[in-house]
Amino acid sequence: MPAQLRVLRRRIRSSRNIAQITKAQETVAMSRISKAQARVENSRPYVREFTNVLAQAAKAAATDHPLLVARENVSRVGVLVITSDRGLAGGYNANTLRLANHRLTELADAGHEPVLFVVGRKGRDFFRFRGREVVQSWTGFSEQPAYENAVEVADSLASAFLVGGEGTIEGPEEDEDPPVIAPEEMRGLNGVDEIHIVFTAFETMLSQTPEARQIAPLSLEELDSGDSDDSSDEGGDSEAEYDFEPDAEQLFDVLLPKYLRTRVFAAMLDAAASESAARRRAMKAATDNANELIDNLTREANQARQAQITQEISEIVGGADALASQGSD
Amino acid sequence: MAEMQVDLVAVERQVWSGTAEFVFARTSVGEIGILPRHEPLIAQLTEAGMVRIDPTDGESVRAAVFGGFLSMDGEKLTILAEEAELGDEIDVSAAQQARDSANEDDAEGRAAKARAEARLAAAGQGSE
Repeated sequence: MPAQLRVLRRRIRSSRNIAQITKAQETVAMSRISKAQARVENSRPYVREFTNVLAQAAKAAATDHPLLVARENVSRVGVLVITSDRGLAGGYNANTLRLANHRLTELADAGHEPVLFVVGRKGRDFFRFRGREVVQSWTGFSEQPAYENAVEVADSLASAFLVGGEGTIEGPEEDEDPPVIAPEEMRGLNGVDEIHIVFTAFETMLSQTPEARQIAPLSLEELDSGDSDDSSDEGGDSEAEYDFEPDAEQLFDVLLPKYLRTRVFAAMLDAAASESAARRRAMKAATDNANELIDNLTREANQARQAQITQEISEIVGGADALASQGSD
Repeated sequence: MAEMQVDLVAVERQVWSGTAEFVFARTSVGEIGILPRHEPLIAQLTEAGMVRIDPTDGESVRAAVFGGFLSMDGEKLTILAEEAELGDEIDVSAAQQARDSANEDDAEGRAAKARAEARLAAAGQGSE
């Protein structure tokens, strides 16, 4: 059956093309992971030290700065969801978005109004398709985020957080030097009382888990538990009297946007490493599947070819027999 | 002589770590020199400025520090910066050019000039 053989050969060829593409994707993802992983590692000292300093400052300052105090009437809650720009990463986006949806439902059930901020094309399209309003979205850097990207995102969040759920974001006034200048797109929108972040934490090459956390206002318990092993060996006299330059209130005004940038940047780096790891795994599975398919199809094609040859031989032999028996007559 | 642990940490990497005898920095309020056992302090540094660290051994380390602040807890000094460059990593001619071409009429130009000057000071080329 020549037709069957041709079909099989075509399928082998296309499987081979797929394997080639997925193999290339896998290699790219592989090289990205080690880079992304190194960036996660390199950024950890800053996050750790910053958190320590903030925890000590918060204890010593005894201030009721908005960053530190949970608001009594929480009306609107900002949720930042970090997804990837491209697909081909297995369940990476699906898992993150499922958790994000879960968190949104939880917040809505608690009587708050969730406000969405999204990083990554996949997340943006997901919510847009479902008709959920996305206040602001950023795309184009999910695989290799730069600190500037985090600054952009965090400053939007900070400007929304500072005016609070009842307030409206405005541009800077004359002769004023606010800690955060609200980006143009955010002006005229309502603020938020809390900020949550949903991203995928990179644990190891093989395990990445989506996480949802509240990052502002920050709770000191979280700060303490975050790096207890690091702060405990400092002698433990965290009750020291601190001097603040400028005064505590102003200092926290400066630290708030920096803190949000740090958290957002750390989350983005984790997400980027997770994305590459997820993509590598997905592409490896795809390559393996394609290779298996090629093996099976090749076997089938060989069988078909052999069957064809056998048939041709038996036809020739049959034909020769018929001629021979005719001649002998 | 007494010494203290000093860490200069930028967002993307740990820039410098070691023990030192003296650290000079410029805060938003004024210049500050920190010796070991300085009282606990958290201070905001100028948006662009030079930090000098005199280590226990070896020569002074200068760094250009942007958007930073420092925290001294009595024994350990931590300088946290959004960006930091050590003096010997700095491209002096690029910084000089940036300083000379900066337009001082707008805020952005003044910030660029301040950054260039911080870089030059860290590279040991600027006027203090």
